[in-house]
Amino acid sequence: MKITDDSPPVLTALDRPNSYIGRSVPRPNLQRLTQGRGLYVSDVTLPRMAHVAYVRSPHAHARIVNIVTEAAKKTPGVIAAVIGAELAKVMTPWVGVLTHLKGLKSAPQAPLAVERACWQGEAVCAVVARTRAEAEDACELVEVRYEELPAVTDPEIALDAKTPVIHASLGDNLCFERKLDVGAVDKAFAESDAVVEATFRFGRHTGVTTEPRAVVADWNEGEQRMTVYHGTQAPHMMQNLFAKHLGIAEHQVRVLTKDVGGSFGIKVHTYADEMATVALSKLLKRPVKFVADRIESFVTDIHARDHRIKAKIGVSKDGTITAFEIDDLTGIGPYSVYPRTSGIEANQIVNLVGGPYNCPNYRAQARVVFQNKNVMCQYRAVGHPIAVAVTEGLVDLAAAKIGMDPLELRRRNLIPDDAYPTQSASGLKFELLSHHEALAHLDSMMNYAGLRAEQQKLRGKGVYRGIGFASFIEVTNPSAAFYGVGGARITAMDGATVKLDAQGAIIVHTGVTEQGQGAEAVVAQCVASSFGVRVEKVRVITGDTDNTPYGGGTWASRAAGIGGEAAWQAGKALRANVLAVAASILQAKPDDLDIRNGLVVDKDKGTERLPLDELARIAYFRPDTLPPGFQAELMATRHYVPRAWPFAFTNGIQGSYLEVDIETGFVKLLKHWCVEDCGTIINPQLVDEQIRGGVVQGIGAALFEHCLYDERGQLLNGNMADYLVPMAVEMPDIECGHVVSPTADSELGAKGAGEAGTAGAPGSVMNAINDALRPLGAQPLTDMPFTPDKILRALGKV
Amino acid sequence: MNDRTLDISLTVNGARVQDRVEARKTLVDFLREDLALTGSHVGCEHGVCGACTVRVNGEIVRGCLMLAVQCDGAAVETIEGLSDSGEVSDLQAAFEQRNALQCGYCTPGMITAAQDLLRRSKKVPSRDEIREHLSGNYCRCTGYHAIVDAVEAVAQARAGARK
Repeated sequence: MKITDDSPPVLTALDRPNSYIGRSVPRPNLQRLTQGRGLYVSDVTLPRMAHVAYVRSPHAHARIVNIVTEAAKKTPGVIAAVIGAELAKVMTPWVGVLTHLKGLKSAPQAPLAVERACWQGEAVCAVVARTRAEAEDACELVEVRYEELPAVTDPEIALDAKTPVIHASLGDNLCFERKLDVGAVDKAFAESDAVVEATFRFGRHTGVTTEPRAVVADWNEGEQRMTVYHGTQAPHMMQNLFAKHLGIAEHQVRVLTKDVGGSFGIKVHTYADEMATVALSKLLKRPVKFVADRIESFVTDIHARDHRIKAKIGVSKDGTITAFEIDDLTGIGPYSVYPRTSGIEANQIVNLVGGPYNCPNYRAQARVVFQNKNVMCQYRAVGHPIAVAVTEGLVDLAAAKIGMDPLELRRRNLIPDDAYPTQSASGLKFELLSHHEALAHLDSMMNYAGLRAEQQKLRGKGVYRGIGFASFIEVTNPSAAFYGVGGARITAMDGATVKLDAQGAIIVHTGVTEQGQGAEAVVAQCVASSFGVRVEKVRVITGDTDNTPYGGGTWASRAAGIGGEAAWQAGKALRANVLAVAASILQAKPDDLDIRNGLVVDKDKGTERLPLDELARIAYFRPDTLPPGFQAELMATRHYVPRAWPFAFTNGIQGSYLEVDIETGFVKLLKHWCVEDCGTIINPQLVDEQIRGGVVQGIGAALFEHCLYDERGQLLNGNMADYLVPMAVEMPDIECGHVVSPTADSELGAKGAGEAGTAGAPGSVMNAINDALRPLGAQPLTDMPFTPDKILRALGKV
Repeated sequence: MNDRTLDISLTVNGARVQDRVEARKTLVDFLREDLALTGSHVGCEHGVCGACTVRVNGEIVRGCLMLAVQCDGAAVETIEGLSDSGEVSDLQAAFEQRNALQCGYCTPGMITAAQDLLRRSKKVPSRDEIREHLSGNYCRCTGYHAIVDAVEAVAQARAGARK
């Protein structure tokens, strides 16, 4: 780690007297949230603000014959009722494609449907009124005449010649296709001692952020500026998109992101109703607010994970994995989501399957098809939960087939810890991973041998417990290879501006954003450490495109690794500037001084020379006393973007211990473990809490969460009572462990940790359920979520 | 007053409130929109998620399942009141220290529900009892483990203080 360079020889940078790297300091912004004094977009009110409600298509696919808004317009409180053709004059449509996903195609999407509605829930008319209630009342009076069109819902037949084509201009229903064939797959299968095949299915589910999507758009006709209060993960990306589609310059748009009530990847996309709200503000020249209600959220927040994967693994008697093969089919709704596209999930699955293992033979096919359901796009851990469950499911089935312990089979195939740098069969480049150390750590942490003995004993008493594992890799710290090279104006870079205020405190503006994961704390810790003040002296400002450095925001587990490094570097730069001031005041050499705990000190002895508040007083108010020609620079900006590696891969392994009630099919989770390696850990508590929260979202996918559609494209359970998410009582305690393999691409060495939990949990729970039921001769369960009825069916009980 | 609106009189966080409200208005909308008490959050509006949990006459209720007009004559307490009185300051401190919140949207409801458990419990509740009691409050960020830790720590501290 280069970090040691700027510290005395004996000490690492982590041991700097004022270092907060590796310490669990509480987040600086929590008190306002525990007291209910946060400011979420749904709390924002502005003078002259109106509210919009949307009339949404009840059909999965329908031609809009006409829309009559007269009655709605006459309703008390109504300001406007606007249809797609009118809004199209204010805002241009968009197409969700990226050039590096070769061949990916999609159709233009408008803020309000113009001629056709392509999924149940697509907005077709906007009603703006003084209050949301009045707007909703008037929506009831909008008359829309539809001509229902055949709905394409089943991905399996989306490409059949007989199936209607959703967008005639595209020629067929294929959005994107990718094929990969590495090594000698057929030969490897032919020479294997055992080949196991299975079809894995993943239920479409969604993020269910507790605060629904929310936006307040405020076009100021006098300033010719659009201010958007937006619960988003990527303010600069949205600034670009609002400007582009309104036909104005980016500097005419300010995006403000205050507190955000959960994101998980849901709030990093372009939503037609949010774009429409922005366009309505421009049209009506006043602030307009839209907050999705929960029913709207279920039919419009992006869905994810709807994949059917036929998969195959070859293995020899000694446990060597010889080949992997997958055929992935996924339906992504009627449009590829803008601007990140809906091809990334399938692309990631092709990239990630088999990733932890030393296996040179791999064949994959993925087809992404259009259908008349709500759109799918990137949700926390994009593609990982699927790739991991398929890989790890196959590994467990192979282990069972050859009669080998599943942990032992992993041990024999995981890429050795001394093999780095290396790459996967699919071409992923790994700088430094620690699969074996992580596995060994998990083995002892969970007392694997003890659990196996307990499991055996209880089986005799008719109690069926299972143990499941999932090794995983996670994409973090993406470089421009993720989106920039494909033509999207989504920066991989992030910046931090650090200034010394007039009392010696530090103000940081950062391009990354806070949705609760603790980015503000991590940025404050990095600056406090590299500059040299107590963390309480650092105030972090995020989420304002007028004031923060240009940045990507928070997604793909990038805030700590990229935003943290920029903050670290900015803190160092300001330290150098401040030491130049100190040296001129003290008539010393800057190199002989340091800043520790808010004091300028002698570097060698640590003796106090000058408090920062006194230095600031002189620099700001008595610059006349400084030497002629010397100018104090008390503000510094640094940016960082990963360059050496396309992604900083992390790794880890999860373990699940659970009990299946074979009479009811209910699963009781007893304990969950995760050992992960995110490189340098800036704040251990925040890393653990990211893991735990991620694990529970993965458990939700494994056991509960499913957007159930009928064959006509109607969502059947789009409310919180029928769509189940994990509750406290159903969840186990989750124990976390760590291995630390820093990336050498940054001084800090931090990689991301936001998605590891979600990546591995579904696969490990699946394997544990199958492990529990194996002695009963149950068919392996590979169709998530594993609801009680599916378990009873596998047991032949229903 | 017409048949769409009614006059109500109640106390909110100890302060007397008289207002004319639409009969259809929920308690949480009244608190947020009419009184600007935005600490109570709206998550589902159908009584499942618990983000709007407030206290009415000493009982926790879902602010989205109760109408404002039903609170005529009632004493309503929200997170703002519970914070200012100091009643939940130990829970708040524990949540902050343990990072038992991430986005914070469920937190006011979660703390209100946790306080309900703790003031009714004669002994320190088990982790399972804490999980059971908080199951009407959804958190999508934390996975609940840290919340259970924080509530358990406060329960133990309060029991210790009583000895």
